[in-house]
Amino acid sequence: MAARKEKRAARSLGKNGDSARQELDTKLREVLQSRANANSLFDILEYLESENKDDVLAAIRTCAKLFEALLEKGELYIGNLPAEDEALPDSLSAEDKYKIWMRHRYNSCVSCLGEQLHTASSQVQELALCMLMKFIQLEGRFPLESAIWKDGYRFPRHLLKLVIDGLLQEEKDCSAVILRFQEFLEYDDIRYYTMSVVIERIAQVYQNNKETLPSIFLNNVFGLLSSINMPQDDKLSNFLVAQKEKVDEWKPAKLMEHKKIFERVWMGFLKHKLSVSLYKKVLLILHESILPHMTKPTLMIDFLTVAYDVGGAISLLALNGLFILIHQHNLEYPDFYKKLYSLLDPSVFHVKYRARFFHLANLFLSSTHLPVYLVAAFAKRLSRLSLTAPPQCLIMIIPFICNLIRRHPACRPLIHRPSAEADLASDPFIMEEKDPAKSCALESSLWELEALQNHYYPNVLRAANVISRALSTQESDISELLELSAYELFEKEMKKKFNTVPLEFEPVEGLLGKKHDITAEHFSLL
Amino acid sequence: MQTIAGLQPTLQCVRDVISRRRVWWHFRCWDHTWFRAGGCAAVRMGKNNNNKKKKGKKPLAAAPGKVAKARSEVRNNPFEVKINKQKFTVLGRKTKHDVGLPGVSKSKALKKRKETLLKEYQKRGKSNVFVDKRFGEYDSKLTSEEKMMKRFALERQKHVDKKSLYNLNEEEELTHYGQSLASLEKMNDPVDSDSDTDERGALSAELTAAHFGGGGLLRKKAASEQTEEEPEKAKSRKELIEELIAKSKLEKRERQNQKEKTHELTEKLDNDWKAIQGLLSHKVPKSERKAEPEKPKPDDYDMTVRQLVFDMKAKPSDKMKSEEEIAKEEQEKLQKLEAERLRRMRGYTEKKEKKPKHISADDLMDGFILEKDDRVMLSYKDGKMNLPEPEDNNLKTGGGENDGVDDDDDKEINDGSDAGDEDDDDGDGEADEDAEGSDEEEEGSDDEDNHSDLDSNEDSEEEDDEVRVKMAKKDKKVKEKVAEEASAQLPFTFDVPESYEDFQSLLCDKPADQQLIVLERIQKCNHPSLADGNKAKLEKLFGFLLDYITDLSEQESPDLQTVDKMIVPLYNLCQMFPEAAADCVRNVLQDIARAVNEEIESKDRASYPALHVLLYFKITGILFPTSDYWHPVVTPAFIVMSQLLSKCPVNSLEDAAAGLFVSSMVLEYVSLSKRFVPEMINFLLGILHLATPRKADVDYVVVPPFKLHGKSVELLLVDCTTDSASWVKSNLPLTSINGLDTEDGTEINHFKLTCIAVCLDLVRRCVDNYGTSPAFKEIFSPIEKVIREYLPRNTYPETIQDLCKNILEDIERCSKKPYSPLVFEKQLPVPVKMYTPRVTPVLDFGKKRAANKEDRERKRLVNKHKREYKSAIREIRRDNEFLAREKLAETMQKDAERKRKLKAIFHDLSTQEGEWKALKRLKMKRK
Repeated sequence: MAARKEKRAARSLGKNGDSARQELDTKLREVLQSRANANSLFDILEYLESENKDDVLAAIRTCAKLFEALLEKGELYIGNLPAEDEALPDSLSAEDKYKIWMRHRYNSCVSCLGEQLHTASSQVQELALCMLMKFIQLEGRFPLESAIWKDGYRFPRHLLKLVIDGLLQEEKDCSAVILRFQEFLEYDDIRYYTMSVVIERIAQVYQNNKETLPSIFLNNVFGLLSSINMPQDDKLSNFLVAQKEKVDEWKPAKLMEHKKIFERVWMGFLKHKLSVSLYKKVLLILHESILPHMTKPTLMIDFLTVAYDVGGAISLLALNGLFILIHQHNLEYPDFYKKLYSLLDPSVFHVKYRARFFHLANLFLSSTHLPVYLVAAFAKRLSRLSLTAPPQCLIMIIPFICNLIRRHPACRPLIHRPSAEADLASDPFIMEEKDPAKSCALESSLWELEALQNHYYPNVLRAANVISRALSTQESDISELLELSAYELFEKEMKKKFNTVPLEFEPVEGLLGKKHDITAEHFSLL
Repeated sequence: MQTIAGLQPTLQCVRDVISRRRVWWHFRCWDHTWFRAGGCAAVRMGKNNNNKKKKGKKPLAAAPGKVAKARSEVRNNPFEVKINKQKFTVLGRKTKHDVGLPGVSKSKALKKRKETLLKEYQKRGKSNVFVDKRFGEYDSKLTSEEKMMKRFALERQKHVDKKSLYNLNEEEELTHYGQSLASLEKMNDPVDSDSDTDERGALSAELTAAHFGGGGLLRKKAASEQTEEEPEKAKSRKELIEELIAKSKLEKRERQNQKEKTHELTEKLDNDWKAIQGLLSHKVPKSERKAEPEKPKPDDYDMTVRQLVFDMKAKPSDKMKSEEEIAKEEQEKLQKLEAERLRRMRGYTEKKEKKPKHISADDLMDGFILEKDDRVMLSYKDGKMNLPEPEDNNLKTGGGENDGVDDDDDKEINDGSDAGDEDDDDGDGEADEDAEGSDEEEEGSDDEDNHSDLDSNEDSEEEDDEVRVKMAKKDKKVKEKVAEEASAQLPFTFDVPESYEDFQSLLCDKPADQQLIVLERIQKCNHPSLADGNKAKLEKLFGFLLDYITDLSEQESPDLQTVDKMIVPLYNLCQMFPEAAADCVRNVLQDIARAVNEEIESKDRASYPALHVLLYFKITGILFPTSDYWHPVVTPAFIVMSQLLSKCPVNSLEDAAAGLFVSSMVLEYVSLSKRFVPEMINFLLGILHLATPRKADVDYVVVPPFKLHGKSVELLLVDCTTDSASWVKSNLPLTSINGLDTEDGTEINHFKLTCIAVCLDLVRRCVDNYGTSPAFKEIFSPIEKVIREYLPRNTYPETIQDLCKNILEDIERCSKKPYSPLVFEKQLPVPVKMYTPRVTPVLDFGKKRAANKEDRERKRLVNKHKREYKSAIREIRRDNEFLAREKLAETMQKDAERKRKLKAIFHDLSTQEGEWKALKRLKMKRK
């Protein structure tokens, strides 16, 4: 299989590559044929550092094949490896010496591959990654350490560390390689050890950079962590490095251990200062792919409250995580609604996460046990803000407000106050007030919606006309309106059928030559 | 619908039952060999039948007559008739079953049952069936003759087919009318041919038949004639022929007589007519009348139609209108249009305004509509005829001329028909005379009108307050001049270009005025009334023109002057073909919206499109009314504009200009309807924000796409007071949207100031527009704050400062409005339930009423199903009754038979016994 692949690759290579390939092939054969030709190995390793991309690719493949064969034959030294420059004791046989020498070559090859992960060419990077993972698998099968490993299980952790170091670089965005690595994360053991290695790597980089983390590194870490798909089942049996004994006891085989280390790696990551865009990305996936896989989701409280206090879009996004904590984990959040109230500003209608925010706001305000003043303040503030909203939002927000009033009939005076003696001189509602309790919203009316009854878009107008009559008891469904975009509105209008096309009857004299033409007053043709 | 579908099978079922019950007569064939034998027997039977035919036929032929007679007798017999009495007579209801003949129908039913059910009953235990294979035995359509012919032919065919296929030598015996030719050739009957010289040498059919045997069909006729005499005596051949000759001679004489009589009668009638014709008409001299006496008579219908058409023409034409009247009418028309616009603005549905189509009693239903008078109203100005604008002139007066021509034509037709009509119709002439007389009167009155108008116009020469007339005149002069120049070089007729390339090449290297003329002539030459395909062609022209305008404005240096001129023909085309124009503009808008949407989806913001795109919105506003509640073109355009204003960040002066252009168009769109456009207010606030100096914190909020602290803050800040002193208000050139071509600081500052001035002016108009809005203060408070506190007003020129002051005053004035708490609209109280019956008028009595077609269809099917079901049950019941009767009769008969036999046996036995006893007694006696 590998050979065929190589052949295909070889065919695609140019002449130069062909010659290199042939040379590599002959060398490989020589080395495998007899130990006398072992020195050809140096030539192969030389190719690994060549400038030519094709040569490097060929060399990587050859190395992989070579060491795979050697590992299988057991021609690599097993046990603690003496240093290369150290004189070998004479007690060792020639074969042992050969094996030690060969093991050194293997180590240099692996470190070389680790360096290849830092190169510019994504092709080389990916191949190096695949080969390293292959070595991990082979080493698991034919262990090179004679002693029993720390936890009694065999896993070539040093190799994985090499890989992770290559993936989480400090200066280069490695998202492409991480994407490739994602498929290995499906293996439960790889996932487990990756997370533990990442924790080390973060600590290491943190120390190296004088207690700060470069933003590119953080992005890489986030890319790697977000591509982790946590298992759902209790039975974990998908391993790259199979264990012979006591499999059930092995940590990567336990979901609980996975969760623990998952929690640790995320907490370790999130305690560092994140950039705004990264913050948003984390918050976007927090509720779906992080919180459910933590053993103690309450650990996120600090992170989320801080995020909620940041303001703007980040606060909006933090709401989702907070909602889960409040809803499922009994989080008491003091002044939660006050905070939510202060989140309402004109930009709410223009941000990307509008649908999400209003979906949650709808959930938060769906409780019928909320005080009337609070609901009234929300309704009034939303209607005030709707004066700056685009039509696609208005179509959603007006039923939203009406739903609030339906749920809390005590808010009805906002749209129906027959008992009022006299007109007011000004609107009693205080927009600038941060505390909904003090905003005097209950004394006000929703004049803004009345103003919207003269909106240019007929559907908005129709929605706003609802408040002129007694509201129906049935709440209107806004879930379909949440994601509405202006283009969808446009499409809807274009699809409407029409019989006649009314025409302008006022005759024209030119582009800017009509009566009451405002553009003509300010613009000229030249 | 489902229930209907469900009904169908049940119906089918019922029908099956009926058919099973009704069709009892089956021909079945169990045994093939028997079938063959039966076939042979059938042929033999057919032959027998032939022989007996003549006797059997007569009663059959007489039967219908008898039946009819019997029926009429039955009908007249009051005891046979049953009258179904109705309780009430209902007007308009058709009664089908008021009179019934129970006896007749009963006997009919009985007869049918006897033919079918009884037969089946009698054969109930039998599986063999007698099949009658005689050809056409039960076919009532064939006469016996035809039947015979066909049977004979079949037999012959069978014979021939079987034998002569391989037997070439065997000669068939040729026959003629059943006799072999060989025997005919002996000529033992010489033909008597002395008497056949008369009759123009042609021999009658009978004669030929008598001589040569003749065809069978001919023979038949003769035969049938002779059948009556046949029993008496068979005539000899010679006698027969003589008789024939005598007969034909008689016939010929009779025919001649008839002809002469007709001729005489016609001549008499003609003479009579001539005598009274003078009384009816004095119109055409006799000589002329005689010249064409044999013209085909016109149809009554034609004459009536023509007469009606002439009646219509005899109407007095519109009286010539004075200028005041024209102005007044114009005003009324505008008022009507304005009222319609207002109605649309409020969003009432169109159904309400649709007038019920009134059909005049005089309507001929020929599509001729009088209500729209396209003719130019004649008016005079300065003693000259007052003509409307030339291009309209041609279209409209063309129609007028046509009308005139029609008039003349009608007159001619009228005359022509007079001439033709005189012969037969008497009333027509007089009517025509009347019509002509009235025409003459009309002309006279027209003349008078002319004069009076002239006079009145001379009076009103000085007071020329009518602007329209002046405008028209000016226009006319300008156009005439242009036309003079251009007409020398341009051809007069143009075809509508087939493709856009053709169109472009037609216009590209001509000056704008000539382009206009070309367009005008294209329109004139291809007016939809001239040929069928013209409409589609001109509709395409709109698209071409729109593309052309885009091309002009898309150029490196947009040729807006030409675009400006092109708008007028565009508008005219749009007025002619609203639907096509709307489709065209909507497609363009769709493209724009798609482009904008793609940009937004990829980057969450967009950039202002180039000038030629923005011009579409302007064109939309020019062509279509922007104040409508909903409009197929304007509403989508509105959405795109609002999207532009809320998604395109202002990063440069060009963006600012584009945005201001869009917002001024938006404001123009809503200038009449005063609708609220939040995006525009946001945008204006954002522009004002860009004109303020940077500050760390401000107490107003700007709405995206603007940011409080962004890179383009202070974009419109004017940094040099000397520049603002030298600033003079001028209009922003539209080309600046595509890019400013100046690097000069002063000019840029001037540009900025202009932008600010435009923005402030738009704000002022917004304040005017939304002054009555219930949330006025809330809408304008940020703008007010920016102007009052943050805008560096004192560095601006005085005009702008005044503008600011005005705006602030206006805002203050409008925001003093009191806030009245919201209350629901008063609703009508729900009426108390009434117990009086609801009376609804029944307009179509007797018809099944249902809400819609589906329901009606359903009801109909349900009804039908019920009816069929009932009738099936009834039939079955009657069948059973009939069978029971038959069975009873059968058993009675059997019993009677048995009794009879028993009796006979007893009788026999008793006689035997008696005899025996007698014998015994005798013996005893003897003893």
